[in-house]
Amino acid sequence: MTISMEKTVKGTAVAVRQPGFLHRGYERLGLLGTAAAAVLLLVALSAALAPMLAPYDPDFPDLLAALSGPTADHPLGTDALGRDILSRLMWGARITLAGPGLVILLSTVVGTVLALVASWCGGRVDTAISWVLDILFAVPGIVFALISVAIWGPSLLTVVAGLAVAYVPYVARVVRGAGLRERNLPYVSAAWLQGHSGAGITLTQILPNVQGIVIAQAISSLGFAVIDLAAVSFLGLGVQPPTADLGLMVKSGFDSVLRGHPAEAIAAGALIILIVWCVTVIGDRLTTTARSMR
Amino acid sequence: MLLVLLVTSFIVFGMMYLAPGSPLAFVLGPRGGTPEQVAAVTAQYHFDDPFLVRYFRWLGDIFQGNLGRSIVYRQDVTALMSGRIGTTAALVSLSAVLIAVVGVSSGLLAALKSRWVDTVISTIAAVGLSTPVFVIGVALISIFAVGLGWFPTFGVGSGGFDTLVHLTLPAIALAVASAAYLARITKAAVNEERTREHVQTAVVRGLASNVIVRRHVLRNALIPITTVMGLTVATLIAGAVVVENVFALDGLGSLLVRAILQRDFSVVQAVILVLVVAFVVVNAVVDFLYTVIDPRIALGSRQ
Repeated sequence: MTISMEKTVKGTAVAVRQPGFLHRGYERLGLLGTAAAAVLLLVALSAALAPMLAPYDPDFPDLLAALSGPTADHPLGTDALGRDILSRLMWGARITLAGPGLVILLSTVVGTVLALVASWCGGRVDTAISWVLDILFAVPGIVFALISVAIWGPSLLTVVAGLAVAYVPYVARVVRGAGLRERNLPYVSAAWLQGHSGAGITLTQILPNVQGIVIAQAISSLGFAVIDLAAVSFLGLGVQPPTADLGLMVKSGFDSVLRGHPAEAIAAGALIILIVWCVTVIGDRLTTTARSMR
Repeated sequence: MLLVLLVTSFIVFGMMYLAPGSPLAFVLGPRGGTPEQVAAVTAQYHFDDPFLVRYFRWLGDIFQGNLGRSIVYRQDVTALMSGRIGTTAALVSLSAVLIAVVGVSSGLLAALKSRWVDTVISTIAAVGLSTPVFVIGVALISIFAVGLGWFPTFGVGSGGFDTLVHLTLPAIALAVASAAYLARITKAAVNEERTREHVQTAVVRGLASNVIVRRHVLRNALIPITTVMGLTVATLIAGAVVVENVFALDGLGSLLVRAILQRDFSVVQAVILVLVVAFVVVNAVVDFLYTVIDPRIALGSRQ
């Protein structure tokens, strides 16, 4: 934040162009991070545009061409039911990106609100909120997803709900620490003396100053959420067939592996690794930048 | 810690009542039962008592080793679990040993050897961290079990050495991501310690470099390493659920997944409770280990 502001001030004096959005992004992510972001964007775009781009209907079974291996018609081959693997990858990536995205969105909003309330109010409110977070922390994330599935049955939404609860403490812990640091800075007491309300200061002053940390933490958690959600799908407790999902594709591809046709499992597994790796790299870079800007 | 257990046990117990449909339906199955059966089950499970009374009775039963009865297997849950808990424990401990050895040694190598070694190890670690355990499991089975035929594909084997061979691939699959993470933490911790003044003093005094690494660097770096190791073993307990399903091991994890699909609630409650207890106990053990590693830390201070 400070870096780009300084440049803006200099820029007005010498009338140099203000650094654009892309340039600021590159500054924060570095070379590797930018490359990861570009790859991730490409995957996300082809997933989002799957209805237009996918060469085949992902659910159309062509039993005569089952387990065909890569051919001119099917660049990545077909699965055990003769469905085009490339098309299923594109459709599957939609769920593999949107599900964890929803998990992180929900847990980040709830976690940030809880953390900011805790760090602003302090005292008993802080103790109570930290206590709840500690208890959530004490249970592994995937267990929440399993509890949720046990109660409401297997589906994408129940898994998302369970994981969203599991990820709240990870966000909240980091943001609470940052909020506590900000709260003791002079600009907060200045705003308080000017008669601003606690909620107003938190929203308009503290939140913008911790947003870098919030975003960095959210993206770092996104990688873990992708893995957890895919794992639950793989267990058959999440997204149900015939919906295309990367975790499910590894599972159905696993059966084909045992019959000597690894194409589906390799393709789906590699795409999951690629997505998680890109997200992790971006998250790491953002975390480092957010720390150094303090 | 006790509080955590109390709260989770409450949630685990309450979940049966959060589920849509009456608890009676779970016990009697989807078709329901005759009025006599309903009355008998109501009396057996004390469904007419207030919620809290039932909760404390359930808790009391657990302390007496009675975890309820499976409606699918028609067996006591304790009996169902006691046969399987060993498989899961063996898998998790084998994997923990692998993580500790591979993670710490490759982290040390990355920190102490040449830049080239560091790059290779860090790259492998980054990929390992991004790979879900079930993908590793499927890959290991297709390469080493189906392709090369070095290891059996499924099952736990017939005890002793055979079991060890059967558990090797699952343990590796479970270990990869955590070993990668531990290597990363070890490298960071060792690099940080090496710049500290007491290490520089030791170098200036002319101590042999392996003595410096062992006594001055590694000993201090053990605190973050132990923290991560403890957290890791705790997450292994959850990861075992996935690995057991990939390798068709008959442990607690596969029991849990089957029970969820069959809506066998007393089994689900019991297994989740055991997993959470194990998780909490491991964390407590780590807290205790701190005091052994670093005598300056007193129990209870958590600093």
